[in-house]
Amino acid sequence: MNPTEIMVSDADEKDVDTSRVAPIENPVLSMLRQDRLPHIWCPGCGIGTVVNCFSRALMSSGHDMNNVAVVSGIGCTGRVAGYMNLDSFHTTHGRSIPFATGLRLANPGLKVVVFSGDGDLFAIGGNHFLHAARRNLDMLIVCVNNFTYGMTGGQVAPTTPLKSTQSTMPFGNFEPPMNLPFVADAAGASYVARWTVFHIRQLVRAMKEGMEHKGFSFIEIMSPCPTLYLRRNKLGDGVDQVRYFKEHSVLKNGANTQDVAITATDPIVVGTFVERERPTWLDSRNAQLTATLGDRFVPYGGQNVQK
Amino acid sequence: MVSDSPGKRVGKGTVFVKVEVCKGCAYCIEFCPADCLRFSRNYNAKGYHYPVLAKPELCVGCNTCGQYCPDFAIMGMRYKDIDALEATKSAVNDDDRSGAEAPGRKS
Repeated sequence: MNPTEIMVSDADEKDVDTSRVAPIENPVLSMLRQDRLPHIWCPGCGIGTVVNCFSRALMSSGHDMNNVAVVSGIGCTGRVAGYMNLDSFHTTHGRSIPFATGLRLANPGLKVVVFSGDGDLFAIGGNHFLHAARRNLDMLIVCVNNFTYGMTGGQVAPTTPLKSTQSTMPFGNFEPPMNLPFVADAAGASYVARWTVFHIRQLVRAMKEGMEHKGFSFIEIMSPCPTLYLRRNKLGDGVDQVRYFKEHSVLKNGANTQDVAITATDPIVVGTFVERERPTWLDSRNAQLTATLGDRFVPYGGQNVQK
Repeated sequence: MVSDSPGKRVGKGTVFVKVEVCKGCAYCIEFCPADCLRFSRNYNAKGYHYPVLAKPELCVGCNTCGQYCPDFAIMGMRYKDIDALEATKSAVNDDDRSGAEAPGRKS
């Protein structure tokens, strides 16, 4: 996109007054550590929009912010924990889910949100993701999928589409990418959704649903990486990619997760794919130990947690 | 902190842009439902073109731009919300003046 194509005309520019100040501060800023802003994300990156949606989901969810914690791994999306004005954990690469598991089990009253990228959650942290989903730990995983390792220089990620060029795949990627909702579904996640950065209202609703949902909730958010992925593949600017998401996404709630893989030609399937009830890890543990030990066991956490 | 002068109002709402925070990603311009924003011809201190309200008569203050903005630089507001805010603000100020011996305030 060329900025001059959508530029104001000279005549209109004279009437524009940019010195006006809003009567109130942007309410989203109350959820952020304002001393850390402006953030490090590139112009056209979608992570800021995801944080904007997450802030509004938190504000409208009515939770006590002392009971919400954000855990992030390493990477561009891993910076989110540092910008949210909540209790937050910036952990080692790929280990955001183990940290979040410990946090959730040590304090079962806590709402734990893991905010991390595709490389962090599915490459180095893939095993942790599988086992947290299998155990149905009660937490929300927000995975911002930008198809590459943004922070380290555009290496090929487990989500990079076939034939696209990356710094470690200069002649085109030949490794088939992972279908993230299918992996989550197969591992036993009880809430699986996919949205793109274009779907802001649906994203806010999905984040609220995921936080309220009892069990392992997974939301994949497709986001442009203008500096490394789009520029290297000559796909335009960030806004061009979001326009592509707008034009090529198809809503299919309850779609079979086998059929939602991202390819170069098929439309992007978005929606809430899986919503199922399964006992969470704490509930299963309490049920099993109560059945075995009877009165000698005092149930911990789970459904009867004191808020 | 005068937000806007009611005499100049056209349309149902307006946007407020923090010019120096903007990174010129054009999300607000692209996804404005009323198509009323355009890039300014000027640059901010970081060297980006920032959005301006080019067609104020079309703006309804829906804040879709503010919901997309990755840098929290733009915010749309409806005039009736602005008026309600200004009314509560001036009411608070009137109360302050009437209560000369307001608690916790000396001088």
